[in-house]
Amino acid sequence: MTLTAERGGSETARNADGSEVRARIVRFTAPAVLLLANDIDTDQIIPARYLTTTDKTGLGDKLFSDWRYDANGQPKPDFVLNRPEARTAQVLVAGYNFGCGSSREHAPWALVGFGFRAVVARDFADIFRNNALKNGLLPVAIDAAAHERLVASLTATPGASVTIDLADQTMTLPDGTSASFPVDTFAQHCLLSGIDELGYLLTADADIRAYEAGHPGRIRTSGVGAS
Amino acid sequence: MTSPRSTLSPTPRTLFDKTWGAHVVRPETPATPAVLYVDLHLVHEVTSPQAFAGLRARGRTVRRADRTIATMDHSTPTIPRARGSIPVVGGDQGAQLAQLARNCAEFGIPLLALGNDRQGIVHVIGPEMGLTQPGMTIVCGDSHTSTHGAFGALAFGIGTSEVEHVLATQCLLQRKPRTMAVRVDGRLHPGVSAKDIILAVIAQEGVDGGTGHVFEYMGEAIRALSMEERMTVCNMSIEGGARAGLIAPDDTTFEYIAGRPAAPEGAAWDAAVAEWRQLPSDDGASFDRTVTLDASQLAPMITYGTNPGMGMPIDARVPDPSAAPDAGRRQALDKALHYMDLRPGEPLLGKRVDVVFLGSCTNSRISDLRQAAALMRGRAVAQGVRMLVVPGSQQVKRQAEAEGLDAVFRAAGAEWREAGCSMCIAMNDDRLAPGQYAVSTSNRNFEGRQGKGGRTFLASPLTAAATAITGVITDARTMVH
Ligand code: SF4
Repeated sequence: MTLTAERGGSETARNADGSEVRARIVRFTAPAVLLLANDIDTDQIIPARYLTTTDKTGLGDKLFSDWRYDANGQPKPDFVLNRPEARTAQVLVAGYNFGCGSSREHAPWALVGFGFRAVVARDFADIFRNNALKNGLLPVAIDAAAHERLVASLTATPGASVTIDLADQTMTLPDGTSASFPVDTFAQHCLLSGIDELGYLLTADADIRAYEAGHPGRIRTSGVGAS
Repeated sequence: MTSPRSTLSPTPRTLFDKTWGAHVVRPETPATPAVLYVDLHLVHEVTSPQAFAGLRARGRTVRRADRTIATMDHSTPTIPRARGSIPVVGGDQGAQLAQLARNCAEFGIPLLALGNDRQGIVHVIGPEMGLTQPGMTIVCGDSHTSTHGAFGALAFGIGTSEVEHVLATQCLLQRKPRTMAVRVDGRLHPGVSAKDIILAVIAQEGVDGGTGHVFEYMGEAIRALSMEERMTVCNMSIEGGARAGLIAPDDTTFEYIAGRPAAPEGAAWDAAVAEWRQLPSDDGASFDRTVTLDASQLAPMITYGTNPGMGMPIDARVPDPSAAPDAGRRQALDKALHYMDLRPGEPLLGKRVDVVFLGSCTNSRISDLRQAAALMRGRAVAQGVRMLVVPGSQQVKRQAEAEGLDAVFRAAGAEWREAGCSMCIAMNDDRLAPGQYAVSTSNRNFEGRQGKGGRTFLASPLTAAATAITGVITDARTMVH
């Protein structure tokens, strides 16, 4: 497998507020596995009982926990993440409306924790897509025809490789065909350069101050009975 | 509607357009999203610790602690306790709650901790304190932030990275969503409620029908709803795929807000109301999509499957996957019926349940409890059924107790518990056992949502109360007192 994502660790690469940048994502080729279900909700991706953590890490083992382990906590051999090809997989392929439900960012944290770098689906729920992009997990939405070809390839050859090119916004399928996918221009820019959105937001400080001066707002949360 | 509409604006604008426009700090460009100002940031223990850690790592402070408020709700115990006493919470839940307390103390954020008389579910307490007001932008690391849209506020859920953004800058980077009018005409029949409206909308439009959109609910049936009922409708906008759902503010809204702790007073109140009256969508304002529903045709709704879109009238029969319009839906339905252990064509009326849960940010307000109690007065919870009644906040609990509703529930054999999310999310000990069936007034019937292996039927408080009494799924219209 070739990984062309590089660490953006040079001295000059910094967020706008001076904080360190993260790994840049440009293009990578990696094995994909198929979890062919629609409307996969974030309660399946990471069940609520694991949300008591105060960290972002360590959730990979809990990914799809209720589908992945039996009542005794043993891996179910027929579940895709327990099959041999999942060990090196970095791309998860699902149906439509992936990531619906709760806003928990634990869902992308768990997917990234397992080793996934992209989820390919027909489309994504809004909050999940936003959360994924902020964690370097690419939400790749492809059209019905490409999705059908991809499913056919992965059904025939589980773990076949795909190439995802964020700069070109294209995905190369195992059968050699390609599909394009949409990415918000700004999110793409952040991922390609490794900067984060907060860094950019912090550069708006003068505008925020000007806005606040003109909009004092009606409510204050102090003095309503909280301590 | 008698409220004056702005006639100065050349292009008619929607409620959403006006609210969005009033919060743009930097306009959207093709290269960059808009910088949008946030008026109120609600925080709870589950989705905030990593955001505070991020803030600390970058050496940042909270920009507007005075626009931020935190509560403990998701993983808190709801076991009855003496008023004002603070329960000891162990394990990871306890550690998470302690972390929230430390974070709030360090960054100066007001906190409604366990033991506080105003503690409760984040989407119940905002409106209750009068913090939720028309025309505001409100966010929280929680998808049911859409609830606050009932006041004509633009309110939506965000992820933890965005929680950090708002803590640091009081702003968010956002692309402007599309708008979708959800028009509900006609009048509801007795025994049919706001919960049935929203379950019907989602059954009709699907769980992704609102993706990329903000809903505006309108029409005769919506106007007739109380504020608490409007909150029930807006709460489940996210179950229809929309991040936000708004309802134009009117006299019902203003009456609800008046006199609450954070409400404006005197001249400031008059000025606020005058401004709020300008918010409703102008005549002729256009929406990207419009869908309609006739409230007079609605029966009580219930879900049979494992997402909130799999709902039907309570007297209908479980659909047959082989009749599904495409392979994807057939497969989803097959999987759902397998999980629920239901058969195509089976009626749900008369189906035995193990648990009834009355609670959650959808249906745990005083009017929900009143409705259920009215039906349960002098009746008993059926043998073998466990019923949990979990008020949405300490204030709701006090009010219910002052009205004697707790006595009605207790006399019926139901559990009267402390405020919190409880069995809606099963992060504490309130959970279904594998295989159990529950009628629940909450908002999600996903596999395992109420406990691993648990099976959820979403329904209204009336359906929940009726079912608790008979022990089987029951149409409340057949047993109104
Ligand atoms: S009651 Fe349920 S849906 Fe509402 S905030 Fe709590 S966990 Fe979320």
